[in-house]
Amino acid sequence: MSIDRVVVLAGGLVAIAWINWYFFLSRRTEASATATASGVQEIRVTVAGGYSPRVIRVKTGRPVRLMLERTENNPCSEEIVIPDFGIRRFLPANAVTAVEFTPSVGGTHEITCGMGMLHGQVVVE
Amino acid sequence: MNRTVTLPVSGMTCAACQARVQRALEKAPGVEEATVNLLLNSATVRFDPGLTSPEQLVGAVRGTGYSSHVPSDAPDLAAEELARDVEASREFRELRLKAGVSLAIGLIAMVLTMPLMAHHSDPLLSFAARWVDSPIRGAMPWLYRASPRALSYGLLAVTLWVVTWAGRHFYIRAFQAFRHRAADMNTLIAVGTGAALLFSIFVTLDPGFFRARGVAPDLYYEAVILIIALILTGNALEARAKRRTGAALRTLTLLQPAFARVVRDGSELTLPVAQVAVGDTVSARPGERIAVDGTVVEGTSAVDESMLTGESLAVEKVTGSRVVGGTINGTGAFRYRATAVGQESVLARIVSMLRDAQGSRAPLQRLADRISGIFVPVVISLAIATFVLWYLLTPEASFVRAFAAGVSVLIIACPCAMGLAVPTAIMVATGRAANLGFLVKGGEALERVGRIDMIMLDKTGTITMGKAVLTDVVGHPEESDLSWLGAVASLEAVSEHPVAAAISHGAAARGVRVDPVTGFTAEPGRGASGTVAGHRVVVGNEAMLAKEGIDPAPLRPAAALLAAQGKTAVYAAVGGALVGLLAVADPVRPSSAATVAAFRKLGLEVSMVSGDNQVTAEAVAGQVGIQHIVAGALPDGKVAEIRRAQAHGRVVAMVGDGVNDAPALAAADLGIAIGGGTDIAAEAADVVLMRPDLAIVLQALGLSRKTVRVMRQNLFWAFIYNVIGIPVAAGILYPRFGILLSPVLASAAMALSSVCVVGNSLRLRKFV
Repeated sequence: MSIDRVVVLAGGLVAIAWINWYFFLSRRTEASATATASGVQEIRVTVAGGYSPRVIRVKTGRPVRLMLERTENNPCSEEIVIPDFGIRRFLPANAVTAVEFTPSVGGTHEITCGMGMLHGQVVVE
Repeated sequence: MNRTVTLPVSGMTCAACQARVQRALEKAPGVEEATVNLLLNSATVRFDPGLTSPEQLVGAVRGTGYSSHVPSDAPDLAAEELARDVEASREFRELRLKAGVSLAIGLIAMVLTMPLMAHHSDPLLSFAARWVDSPIRGAMPWLYRASPRALSYGLLAVTLWVVTWAGRHFYIRAFQAFRHRAADMNTLIAVGTGAALLFSIFVTLDPGFFRARGVAPDLYYEAVILIIALILTGNALEARAKRRTGAALRTLTLLQPAFARVVRDGSELTLPVAQVAVGDTVSARPGERIAVDGTVVEGTSAVDESMLTGESLAVEKVTGSRVVGGTINGTGAFRYRATAVGQESVLARIVSMLRDAQGSRAPLQRLADRISGIFVPVVISLAIATFVLWYLLTPEASFVRAFAAGVSVLIIACPCAMGLAVPTAIMVATGRAANLGFLVKGGEALERVGRIDMIMLDKTGTITMGKAVLTDVVGHPEESDLSWLGAVASLEAVSEHPVAAAISHGAAARGVRVDPVTGFTAEPGRGASGTVAGHRVVVGNEAMLAKEGIDPAPLRPAAALLAAQGKTAVYAAVGGALVGLLAVADPVRPSSAATVAAFRKLGLEVSMVSGDNQVTAEAVAGQVGIQHIVAGALPDGKVAEIRRAQAHGRVVAMVGDGVNDAPALAAADLGIAIGGGTDIAAEAADVVLMRPDLAIVLQALGLSRKTVRVMRQNLFWAFIYNVIGIPVAAGILYPRFGILLSPVLASAAMALSSVCVVGNSLRLRKFV
């Protein structure tokens, strides 16, 4: 095998490995919601090609308010879906939209965009 | 990022009050600006939602001693739909412009590229080149005399302009997603076109470098432009189609009028609907939309409720009738008392139910969700693998082919079709359902409808009208005169018994005049008596007659006959003599028999449950052609009946009214509640009919079955498209058939695939 073929093969394998690590296996950003004076657990989430923080930790039994700030007009992120709480909301571009729900039992709940491409999680503790 | 909220403030009477509220709001943390309007009784506050909330602002207003509340969601919902629509139409116009311009530039670039290549690396373009090469050579000979270097720099400039103007968002969005360790459609397009562009730029800058290494110095400029143009075209078509999928919901939110004519102190004031309170008297003028839900207190009219119930005939409204906000008043004028406003109104509840339904997920989608989550990184991996394999396995000119195949894989893969397959079908189907007069709770319910094999119908109010009417008037065998009916109707007009109401209405419909009654007495379980025009009138059963000493014998056979038909018969006596027999029954709805027959045709087993006695139940079942009946069933008994059928493996749909049959609706695999236009409070039901007509159940069954079919088609198409498209783009057909897909063709296929899926879902709009 000539040297260029070896380079292409090795480079390709490394690239594939890196992509799968980067998108599937690497560490995720995490944050806990903080309680406001009125007892609502509030957290600001930036929506732009994904959700950051990506994993949101909340406590059970108290209302949660996600302040979703969508800083782009990419239609991919125009809707947020939290199926376990029956939420599907349109997020206007470059604005903050509040989404509220009250988790009653612990567990991990998926957050996705309208088409299931972008992912995040609400972890209820 | 700031938010603005308008809070209603009541109790302010002067400029000083206004100033006090304003100061309190301005001092509250997180408030940027507050404007209190004394005339409108409202405060408009711009605030930082990170620091405060509408609830806290309401608290600040209340702290000053004035009352306020968080505005209801209903107007917000309409605003949200409107905002969404504005954004969607802006997006469509922008995409259309960009697609059109880049398509035109792409074609020009194709012409400019002709002189640069003897053979074109893109099979589609080289095929096109063979056709247009000589005409162009004839028409523009100067083009072929231009320096290839100048041409390629010119193309580079044009391409860079198109990429940064029309295609910029692909790259920005791909980068945004990448930062969040996510990847979507934009990632694929950005990587695919980016690679082609970079390669072309290097070739332009130093063609000799590639030639020396045996790599053809091909340019992909026109391919990059055409890929962007075709994908933008697809996106534009998709944006327009997606806008249509939500049209039904948008139309409903727009039904809510902004203002109401409230009658206060005898004069009409035009007020924003949000300020109408329950108990207000509101005026409806001819041709106007009714502002809020209410009960007519004065005047008559016919109201067009088709937008809510699907009923095309106008509904007569008289004093006491219920009217619904959003419906259109006909030619009459009337006043009504508001009974529900804001989120409590029928329209707001329909809108929120429909929105929840459209946002729901269908189980069919689960697989698609799982795949789209990993789709893009997997496709990028496949594209790299394609490049490596082509490079390793082909002997000559391998780089160019390997590169084109890798780019094709990136471009042809379409996660959007998969993501759109099920949600667009649900959106269109639930919207269409609302137009036809029923609400479906969501995608899951739509799927369940298709599995139903048994349908259980409640008798009263479902198969029948649910309201007793006078069906028969039988005179004494030896008397043909029916003038006694007036005396009986007069007596019954005073009574509150349902049978009495049916008799007095029926008599009124037969043109009978009512006289005053004296000495009215009701005997529970027997009947009633009183004096009309000097004669003693008695109406009731045999026990009632026996008490009065009147012999019912002459009419006993007729009474038995009526009872056998499921009717309730009462005797009437005037002046101590038996004069006739009246029969009251709950008539079968006109459409019931045909609908039952249609259910059978669909292969459903039909049964009837009723709380009524066996005789009445059998009479009704006979009229509509149901063999299997369960009579005398209490609500628990209906549930037990459903459970029994389910234990035998049947998938049962229960049709009943939302209030009395709630337990049975919840127990059934599919609960279908028959509501009126004014009553959609059916928590337990999966499907709510907005007008009482069994025939809509048939439409619901048909629409659901068709929707599930459309979802399956969409998913199948989206999967098979990728399953076939990606390997073909990777060149799986090349060794055997010499078929290699071009990146430009791949982009056309990708643009079409998601448009096809949305278009297929939109077919449901035409369901009748």
